[in-house]
Amino acid sequence: MSDIRHSVLADIRGALSKKAPDEERAKAVAERLGGRPTGIIPKRGQLKQNERVELFAEMAQKVHSSVTRVSDYDEIPGCIGNYLREHNLPAELIMGADRRLSKADWSLEKNLTIKKGPSDGNDLVGVSHAKAGIAETGTLLMASGSENPTTINFLADHHVVVIAAKDIKGDMESAWGSLNKKDGNVVMPRAVNFITGPSRSGDIEQKLLLGAHGPRALKIIIVG
Amino acid sequence: MELTSHNLKSNVKDALGNEQLQKALSNVPKGFIDKRAKAAAALDEFEELRDKGREIKDHTLANLDLYLEAYEQKVIENGGHVHWAKTADDARRIALEICQKHNAKTVTKGKSMITEEVELNEHLLENGIEPVETDLGEYIIQLRNEKPSHIIAPAIHLNQGQIEEDFRRVHTHLEEDRDMSEPETLLAEAREVLRKRYFEADVGFTGANFLVAETGSSVIVTNEGNGDLTQTLGKVHVVMASIEKVVPTLADCSQILRILARSATGQDMSVYTTFSTGPKREKDPDGPKEYHVILLDNGRSDMLGTEFEEMLRCIRCGACINHCPVYHSIGGHAYGSIYPGPMGSVLTPSLAGVEKAGTLPNASTFCGRCESVCPMRIPLPKMMRHWREKEFEQHLQPKAARYGLAIWAYFAKRPKLYRALVSFAMPALSVLGGTRKRISSLPLASGWTKHRELPAPEGRTFMQAWDQREALKQEAN
Repeated sequence: MSDIRHSVLADIRGALSKKAPDEERAKAVAERLGGRPTGIIPKRGQLKQNERVELFAEMAQKVHSSVTRVSDYDEIPGCIGNYLREHNLPAELIMGADRRLSKADWSLEKNLTIKKGPSDGNDLVGVSHAKAGIAETGTLLMASGSENPTTINFLADHHVVVIAAKDIKGDMESAWGSLNKKDGNVVMPRAVNFITGPSRSGDIEQKLLLGAHGPRALKIIIVG
Repeated sequence: MELTSHNLKSNVKDALGNEQLQKALSNVPKGFIDKRAKAAAALDEFEELRDKGREIKDHTLANLDLYLEAYEQKVIENGGHVHWAKTADDARRIALEICQKHNAKTVTKGKSMITEEVELNEHLLENGIEPVETDLGEYIIQLRNEKPSHIIAPAIHLNQGQIEEDFRRVHTHLEEDRDMSEPETLLAEAREVLRKRYFEADVGFTGANFLVAETGSSVIVTNEGNGDLTQTLGKVHVVMASIEKVVPTLADCSQILRILARSATGQDMSVYTTFSTGPKREKDPDGPKEYHVILLDNGRSDMLGTEFEEMLRCIRCGACINHCPVYHSIGGHAYGSIYPGPMGSVLTPSLAGVEKAGTLPNASTFCGRCESVCPMRIPLPKMMRHWREKEFEQHLQPKAARYGLAIWAYFAKRPKLYRALVSFAMPALSVLGGTRKRISSLPLASGWTKHRELPAPEGRTFMQAWDQREALKQEAN
């Protein structure tokens, strides 16, 4: 095994060392990985908070997500209850242990059954909380973990994602900044899912079909 | 990599005469060209980002060994395993060993061109393991026992009716009167069948659009969500990726993501972009128990430092294919390589050798559209010309082409004779063109005129037209 590793790296090095000395290259790599220079940030998302939230909603709707804005977490149960009734869905949902979601007053929706934990593929409606939003493309940044299990993002037919207005950033780079850091480095959750609209396919004659393998519908609730 | 590129000429003939294929291919320009143009125009910084993308990849390629080592270290820190493969054989062997270690019966697969390149499915089947393709397009072609005809739209050579027939043939549980005439019902059927397979799978294979050295993450970009179900629900996640997929940082990856989907499908972002970093963690409720990465070279390190190095910037968006008039006419299978179109005409000879695939760069009109839309600004026509030169130098062209060129060279080196000949030929061809000014059949040119008409010359040679223009200028003075 290590022989193959050695031979692949030696072949690469053989070709590259001719162009620049190894020490010089090592320095360039260390600088890049240490400095992590930011590239070109589209102006599109560089807006004031409220305009940014509006752009996020506009871009999300453009990719077939539906968007509702509420002022408080306690409005979420009612908002989801209405969504279930509008779509003739049973009063059942699954979600993780997210504290902001748990804090909402779910007793307001008396008939609602709430399952907690990852999805086993039999859930019609899943609710998650996003870590951040990206206004330039209407994208949600989801971080894996017991608070928001990854399976809910992909297995539920209807995925309802709650996001705090203050977590909506203008661009992808700023959204990366929402993840936890240790010694100045981003701590990556096991999975980070950028989600931009419900699942889709164009594999049959290039026709746009929603609900390929993941959710058929994506509902975003912006809080604040 | 199984190749039938040496049959290019007869493949093309079959493709041009295939009505179903021609009908399906008419969807290619309709579906891709306008969407890309609109998406590119809607982002002010698009052209700047293309320059940035080129710069990021050039920097990475110049330090590829170091970035691969940095990436490997991060994967290990996150609890993953890294395996190195020099050849396709190595990659297949390692993949099989991982499957056998876990007594795998079935494996699910997200869409991956690298596993096509190393023919992983065939190898698993030979060893009693069932691979299940989960991307809708890949699933369809697996039912048909075909190869993908496009790197991002594998079943683009098919029409809805053909797919319906395949579903009825294989999905024998379907009742005869069930209406399957709409794409929606076909998708629903595939979704239902595949849902079970994700949960049964022992191992989930994906490719990678990027490997991030800063964090040790593998990145996949998809629309359907199948790749994510594959890598989340399998007990073991195996990423197979070629060495040039590495990028330095998350910031660098973000730059290239902005041009990838826009160039590919005209979306601002694909629906799902997922960064996977190691296996399931202590408190995680879901995710794979093991995480493996197989890093494949398979000829790529040989391209470094050569005139084909820039091809390693390719991010597999498919824009060059979508805009290629030759691809529009013949589809992907005619190229006889899983990498079709302009990118394939450069990459396939690089990986398989000019003697096996040197004919592919001839399937080009050199119109330059591919280079004009390539997000990584890869000079595809220039590199196809390099391959043509190599093909000529190694005497690999067919006799007719060599003799034809020799005859042309004989006249081209004797300008007086050349001019005398063309000043006779041009008026003759012009007359042949008739009032429509098109020639529909011509001796020795039936290869051209069988499928399209040859525009007739105006009647004068370039030199005659030039002389006349100069004379008129003189008069005016």
